[in-house]
Amino acid sequence: MKTESTLEKILASGQLAVTSECGPPRGALPSKVQEKAEMLRGCVDAVNVTDNQTAMVRMSSLAACILIKQMGLNPLLQMVTRDRNRLAMQSDIIGAYSHGINTMLCLSGDHPHFGDHPGAAAVHDIDSIQAVEMVKKMRDEGLFQGGQKIDGPPKMFIGAAANPFADPFELRVARLAKKVKAGVDFIQTQCIYNVDKFEKWMEGVRERGLHEKVYILAGITPMKSAGMAKYMKNKVPGMDVPDDVVKRISGVPKENQAEEGIKMCLETIDRLKNVKGVAGFHIMAIEWEHKVPEIVERAGFLPRPSF
Amino acid sequence: MITAERKPMEDLIKFVSPYRRILLVGCNECVTVCSAGGRKEVALLSSALQMHFMKEGKPFEIKEMTLERQCDPEYVEELVPYIDQVDAVLSMSCGCGVQEIARRFKEKPVLPAVNTKFMGASERQGVWAERCVGCGDCGLARTAGICPIARCSKQLLNGPCGGSTRGKCEVDPDIDCAWQLIWDRLKALGMTDKYEENLPAKDWRPARGAGPRKIVREDLAS
Ligand code: SF4
Ligand code: SF4
Repeated sequence: MKTESTLEKILASGQLAVTSECGPPRGALPSKVQEKAEMLRGCVDAVNVTDNQTAMVRMSSLAACILIKQMGLNPLLQMVTRDRNRLAMQSDIIGAYSHGINTMLCLSGDHPHFGDHPGAAAVHDIDSIQAVEMVKKMRDEGLFQGGQKIDGPPKMFIGAAANPFADPFELRVARLAKKVKAGVDFIQTQCIYNVDKFEKWMEGVRERGLHEKVYILAGITPMKSAGMAKYMKNKVPGMDVPDDVVKRISGVPKENQAEEGIKMCLETIDRLKNVKGVAGFHIMAIEWEHKVPEIVERAGFLPRPSF
Repeated sequence: MITAERKPMEDLIKFVSPYRRILLVGCNECVTVCSAGGRKEVALLSSALQMHFMKEGKPFEIKEMTLERQCDPEYVEELVPYIDQVDAVLSMSCGCGVQEIARRFKEKPVLPAVNTKFMGASERQGVWAERCVGCGDCGLARTAGICPIARCSKQLLNGPCGGSTRGKCEVDPDIDCAWQLIWDRLKALGMTDKYEENLPAKDWRPARGAGPRKIVREDLAS
């Protein structure tokens, strides 16, 4: 075991892991974090805490992680390379670890262009792959990126994202291989609606034996409504929502669309459970956190293993 | 080359309004090629300003000059005979030329007439696009001759991100995704293996990480 991370222990035990996320509030109210996280108690193995997601200012991921840790849950620190240079990232990483946060996700982040401070400079001192390399060096060699020794290195279980649906598709397995080479421990994927395409990507992943080097958590986001399905299809970069998904949810009366969305995501989970190399699920119910326990239960993932 | 675009007329009017006699100075290099501040643009701007102040009934004199290279002290020297006859200089060169004038004529106000944009190339008639940010340590040999620092919106050295869509960048469908271009060229060159070499974190010191930069060529320096 490389770390004390509960997520690592569950994945190493061979059981399907379940993670979910909590977007911090746009303000200083700790109760907003606590209420959201409380809904996830007992039904997930780690709670991703997003880092200024969609390039909108929110409570820092680190601060919200600490609040969640204090509740006895397992926060997962997300960190984008957009807002911090390597100094700031490393100081936050050791700071997080000093609070017992031992699981993190390295991302490049949405471009400021999409957020509420479009005039902000994007930092991008390093990219997500270099961030993975940096965190691994901190953990395994006890060295800062700059080469100096760390007095009490942070032992982080290191995650990254993968989007099998972005273009060019043919290099998406190679890009995962780059992350594996950098030393990533687990992957959380983009939301999967095009299951055929995901399975094709997994085939490529298995052909290269990457599934034996990294745990892959399949990203799942239930559709709340036909409107959301259309929005995801047309407006979100890198999202692949096939026509039949939109058609199916649009085909039921409005008041039943949410339930249909849940059913569809459960069917996806069911199908992916049997795909070799899928090590778990990352359920992102955007502003719909209270549905996560129900999804986890109906998917047969309860009770969660304890370590 | 360095590209530039002329500032809006109302800004320029505001700039020169406090003065009566203006020296308008163009440059025969990059800003001529990108039609922002060469001889022709100097003539156009000069008449536009004269027309404006004539309509306002305000006394206004303007002298036009276009130097071979405004970023070169040798040519800036050509302004010496005229500089005392004007109240301010309006420069149509890139920011380098404006600053050369400021350096040479310490007591003369100098104003920029163009917005200096980027180092780029002409994609077709009338269209220029960014190609290089002068990072000081060219890595084009590792990225198939396409620069991810200048041309990827997130300057990813190990792209593409998850937003690349049909060859275009997630930020704007008018921007080509640099990493799609790199991948296409690696394929054409039969070098896709190279893609999986992770590029390490960049040392930004040769860029601006160690403060303003200078080149000293001992063999040429006087
Ligand atoms: S690698 Fe650096 S020097 Fe080379 S094109 Fe890109 S920015 Fe310019
Ligand atoms: S879409 Fe391509 S160019 Fe745009 S940020 Fe992503 S990798 Fe860079």
